[in-house]
Amino acid sequence: MSNFLTVNIGRKFIMSISGIFLILFLLFHMSMNMVLVFSAEGYDMICEFLGANWYALAGTLVLAAGVVIHILYATILTLQNRAARGTDRYAASNRTVTEWSSKNMYVLGLIVVLGLLLHLYNFWYNMQYAEIAYGHDGYEVPAGSKIVGDLFVQPLYVAIYLVWLAALWFHLTHGFWSAMHTIGWNNKIWLDRLKVISNIVATIIIIGFAVVPVKFLIFK
Amino acid sequence: MDKTINLTLKVWRQNGPREKGHFETYQVKNISVDSSFLEMLDILNEQLISENKEPVAFDHDCREGICGMCSLYINGRPHGPDDDVTTCQLHMRRFKDGDTVTIEPWRAKAFPVIKDLMVNRSAFDEIIAAGGYVSVSTGGVPDGNAIPIPKPDADEAMDAAACIGCGACVAACKNASAMLFLSAKVSQLALLPQGRVEAKRRAIAMVNKMNELGFGACTNTRACEAECPKSVSISHIARLNREFLKASFAS
Repeated sequence: MSNFLTVNIGRKFIMSISGIFLILFLLFHMSMNMVLVFSAEGYDMICEFLGANWYALAGTLVLAAGVVIHILYATILTLQNRAARGTDRYAASNRTVTEWSSKNMYVLGLIVVLGLLLHLYNFWYNMQYAEIAYGHDGYEVPAGSKIVGDLFVQPLYVAIYLVWLAALWFHLTHGFWSAMHTIGWNNKIWLDRLKVISNIVATIIIIGFAVVPVKFLIFK
Repeated sequence: MDKTINLTLKVWRQNGPREKGHFETYQVKNISVDSSFLEMLDILNEQLISENKEPVAFDHDCREGICGMCSLYINGRPHGPDDDVTTCQLHMRRFKDGDTVTIEPWRAKAFPVIKDLMVNRSAFDEIIAAGGYVSVSTGGVPDGNAIPIPKPDADEAMDAAACIGCGACVAACKNASAMLFLSAKVSQLALLPQGRVEAKRRAIAMVNKMNELGFGACTNTRACEAECPKSVSISHIARLNREFLKASFAS
């Protein structure tokens, strides 16, 4: 175990575990969003239930740690991989046929991070952060459904969020099966199956997230 | 010798590991489409020698796709435009009259150029020396069937053992990762009972050595598998990860 975090496979293992943890969070987040499609009242109850309670804060910290670790190791590995290619680059453009997303995970990840920053500003800052900062002064945090509704009546925001989700879709279609492969849970038979499962998981997550902004844009 | 073609070659020339390299353009004429790629380079070298110029250095040995010596990154693909063959098995019928062919050495920090198109692949030997072997007590020759091995296991071990260590996986990988090579070398032993005895020690020693030599990490792009002349599957990489993680958590 001594040098586990200095070898490539050890670092990739950290990427896989943190990645799968983030996929589980996305599924959790998406299920909560789905409530808003059916009932604004139900969604506001969830917002209130989470808010700035100790368990929500603890969960937020664990989640933030997961995001930071995933990005940190992605950066370390990307720099290390670039160095491994050497100083002289190939002159002829690469003609090996490969999955596009697999070669652009870091760039896709950067788009996801940019979207995430906007998302935190749009929602987290007005919801959990507002409650942490001003909650004790008797400040009433606006209802979650109202914050969501006010944002997504603006077509520009809906467009930005859809682009963000598209980048996330590409990231996840490669990310899920790749994580399983790195952990070692793969073989000749499961390789194709995991790729299908990967596409299904990514599509379910992205459609689930896209439904809310599209619903507010169309039905106000 | 019914059909011949003329080609423009852009060849990487580099005098030594520390020298700066550059591309040189050559014309070759009346190349039979039935000749192999290396025969075409032989013709180029004959031409250069007759002009009192330094011939192009490139690796080759058996010229029948089993020794793993030939390399060459041809028009953006290791071992050229054909699938599942080595450069020596590539034929000129894959090129058209008037084509420009770019020929480069494998590029990776762990594979420094020796001269022109030859690279030093002794990093692979170092990985093998770190653990790619089984220890056996000498004595009488054991009976061939003394240790029963299920046919699917034997087949998969044999598929892994098909790796000739040419380095196309490293050349194709955007990260210059040696994971396909290493996974084949770990798999061929991990799948068989004779290799299980030293499995843990082997996985850790070989992975550590690979890291030390400066190969990149695996992003699962599958470029290695697409370019491997022996079609070694990336499922072996999953096995290598399993072997390494099991050994790490147990130690």
